[in-house]
Amino acid sequence: MGKKILLEHINVPGIETYEVFRKMGGYASVEKALKTKTPLEVVEEVKKSGLRGRGGAGFPTGLKWSFIDKKSGNPRQLVCNADESEPGTFKDRYLMEKLPHLLVEGMIVSSFALEAHLSYIYIRGEYMWVFRILEKAIKEAYAAGWLGKNIQGSGYDLDLHVTCGAGAYICGEETALIESLEGKRGNPRIKPPFPAVVGLYGNPTVVNNVETIMDIPWIVNNGGEEFAKFGIGKSTGTKLISASGNIKKPGVYEIELSIPVEEFVMSDEYCGGMQTDRPLKACVPGGSSVPILPANLLFKTAKGETRLMTYESMSDGGFATGSMIGSGGFIVYDDRACIVRNTWNFARFYHHESCGQCSPCREGTGWMEKVLWRIEHGFGNIEDIDLLWDIQRKIEGNTICPLGDAAAWPVAAAIRHFRDEFEFHIRYPEKVKDRKHFEKEPWEQVKHLVKKEDAVLV
Amino acid sequence: MPIVTIDGVSVEVEAGTTILNAARKIGGDLVPPAMCYYSKLKGSGGKCRTCLVEITKGSGANPTPMPKLQASCSTPVADGMEVKNMTSPKVQDMRKGVVEFLLINHPLDCPICDQAGECDLQNLGFDYGVAKTRYQEERRTFDKINIGDKIQLHMTRCILCYRCTYVADQLTDKRVHGIMNRGDAAEISTYIQNAVENEMSGNMIDVCPVGALTDKTFRFKSRVWFLKPFDAHRECTKCCGKTTVWMFGNEIYRVTVRKDVYHEVETLEDGKPAYICNDCRFEKKNVNDWTIEGPRKFEKFSVINQGNYTRKMERVEIDTDPRILYGRQEDKKAISMNGTNFNKPEKALSDGKDTDGQF
Ligand SMILES: Cc1cc2nc3c(=O)[nH]c(=O)nc-3n(C[C@H](O)[C@H](O)[C@H](O)COP(=O)(O)O)c2cc1C
Ligand code: SF4
Ligand code: SF4
Ligand code: FES
Repeated sequence: MGKKILLEHINVPGIETYEVFRKMGGYASVEKALKTKTPLEVVEEVKKSGLRGRGGAGFPTGLKWSFIDKKSGNPRQLVCNADESEPGTFKDRYLMEKLPHLLVEGMIVSSFALEAHLSYIYIRGEYMWVFRILEKAIKEAYAAGWLGKNIQGSGYDLDLHVTCGAGAYICGEETALIESLEGKRGNPRIKPPFPAVVGLYGNPTVVNNVETIMDIPWIVNNGGEEFAKFGIGKSTGTKLISASGNIKKPGVYEIELSIPVEEFVMSDEYCGGMQTDRPLKACVPGGSSVPILPANLLFKTAKGETRLMTYESMSDGGFATGSMIGSGGFIVYDDRACIVRNTWNFARFYHHESCGQCSPCREGTGWMEKVLWRIEHGFGNIEDIDLLWDIQRKIEGNTICPLGDAAAWPVAAAIRHFRDEFEFHIRYPEKVKDRKHFEKEPWEQVKHLVKKEDAVLV
Repeated sequence: MPIVTIDGVSVEVEAGTTILNAARKIGGDLVPPAMCYYSKLKGSGGKCRTCLVEITKGSGANPTPMPKLQASCSTPVADGMEVKNMTSPKVQDMRKGVVEFLLINHPLDCPICDQAGECDLQNLGFDYGVAKTRYQEERRTFDKINIGDKIQLHMTRCILCYRCTYVADQLTDKRVHGIMNRGDAAEISTYIQNAVENEMSGNMIDVCPVGALTDKTFRFKSRVWFLKPFDAHRECTKCCGKTTVWMFGNEIYRVTVRKDVYHEVETLEDGKPAYICNDCRFEKKNVNDWTIEGPRKFEKFSVINQGNYTRKMERVEIDTDPRILYGRQEDKKAISMNGTNFNKPEKALSDGKDTDGQF
């Protein structure tokens, strides 16, 4: 069994209640931090731990905390990003449902480290029941003296609120989240200034993912160096992976950031191998925004090395032959899956979720969706593949926030690795009219129809 | 003060100046086009992405180039920074992309649009657009709505630059005008079709880069290039009273703010933008209402400036763009129908290919 940091006590009955959580050692990190450490010492521990943000970008958390502006003298703020909306990612929900008090505990210690006295958890509107769970946990924490004035006699004050979004993916982008929290339309802000300088209500602000915050108590309790002993190199600690798709055991798994991808997919401890005897076709390893990987690049890198579940190994080979660990939404496809349909589905999502501020994303996401719809439904032209490539190229890097990139990357990767499948859709429209065409005629049986030499690889 | 080099031309500007404003200080062709930035509206810019530039040297202290193109309207300069605009093939390529994005859902109804001839999108399309579209799908359309009795919103033409919302925010009180919905379904609207009934609301029309917000007192009255612009003023208690009146013969067809070469409202001596009130704009259409100062010299580079007064007037020289002349010839052919072979009805009458070129 792999070692656990977050899910150690997950199977203890009643762990979601205050009493049981406290009995299992909950809130110990608050006592330790508030009574024996200075805020700066906590930040130092987090730096030592090498913890990287679990929201997707993987930015070192300690470093992020040390950027927060102190010169202005404005009150500092911590916001927990619980807007989890990336298709394929559902780990934060699991964590908050099961361990609401660990999030509260993490928020207290992290707010203390940042010297914040008013902190927020921003949760997506569709997680209404989780919102209630958190509200209850916060109430219990107030009652037990972990929140409010003079926490446990330490002289430190903190108020914590949980706020509900209206259900927009874009409100997970940190500056859009801040706008939304302020009660405005959730449009990402133009950076600079960064939230660390001008954030919530103009105050210096740190936004962190749920999982990131939940890692903090363990780091304070056991020390940053202990945390860094998990994982390999700059990928320290454990990470929750939301596994879904054609595997035997979909679910949320805590893995050490060092295990081979093959072990994660095939071992009984995790995904349990493929759902049926069908062969693995492709995998989206880090949520819908990251490039899709074909089977031959999933377990081994292009260099022939074993691919590991680490930030570095997953992105080995760049976008040409690698991907990203992202938010840990691990989607596995067997040969029944249609990559064109899947890409269209993702494109539809980004089209629907674009905030519409900047022209390349507003217009480009819709355009890609329409072209992909055409190809998927047998109305495509052979030029459409190059057109798609050109559209995604003109979105990527030219937008205000990374949603534009997130919309472009999956399309680019699908064309890069599965161009012949797009050609198949265009050249044999009658074969793809039925959306289950690959169940009846798997790719292996039809791929001879689009000769490889015809395909111009980009 | 930082010195920045844009397309090989150096300029010294105040710290905090954006690249776009530094370029405007130099002037000429190297100024990036701006569709959403409006120097007189706080918070504007960063959205349309037409002003993207390549930063080949971050600063003197840190020469690393920036990997992504940056929006010049919202990126401040640094000392020793080197920027490429017209000299960067990447910028030109991506700008073409942005223009294409702006046009895929645009109705291209210039022949019936009041803004034609002074439209920023038309100009941009002329400079960076391609004649053929790669977009096959249906274009997005909206119903026209009236924002008060003097302003019409034709959302189908809107490029969502947000300028009008900043006008609503910054020039008028009791704001009821904003953006609803998101993505390509986003639209400018008033709260449940509320009327914008504020004295300064008409300035929305002037900041709108396209024909999405038009003056209902001028709609379909004339093409703008047939009108002669004159600077005029009157005593006004609500605004500065300094305007441009657009005349045909002795009649005032419309009144607008005075606009500079970037199509932005001019600034007054006191540094404030010369926005005008709805009274001056919509109600004062009589020549006796105004003291005419003289012909307006120059606005922006567009069709409205075909007969501008800044050029020497000694010799008359028709320097109409050859592309316009070509278009005229084609139009003439189509309109006259001379030489059309009516005995071949399967041929489209507007297709001039069958004619022998005589009119
Ligand atoms: C379009 C978009 C959506 C995002 N959604 C989320 C989200 O749902 N949850 C999250 O934690 N981070 C999300 N992020 C990342 C956040 O912007 C931010 O980087 C993150 O919350 C930082 O936390 P971390 O440093 O702990 O990872 C999103 C980013 C983008 C661009
Ligand atoms: S990239 Fe898309 S989501 Fe992000 S600001 Fe631009 S339009 Fe909005
Ligand atoms: S109506 Fe005009 S000014 Fe307003 S957002 Fe649209 S294009 Fe911009
Ligand atoms: S003018 Fe700079 S992004 Fe629109």
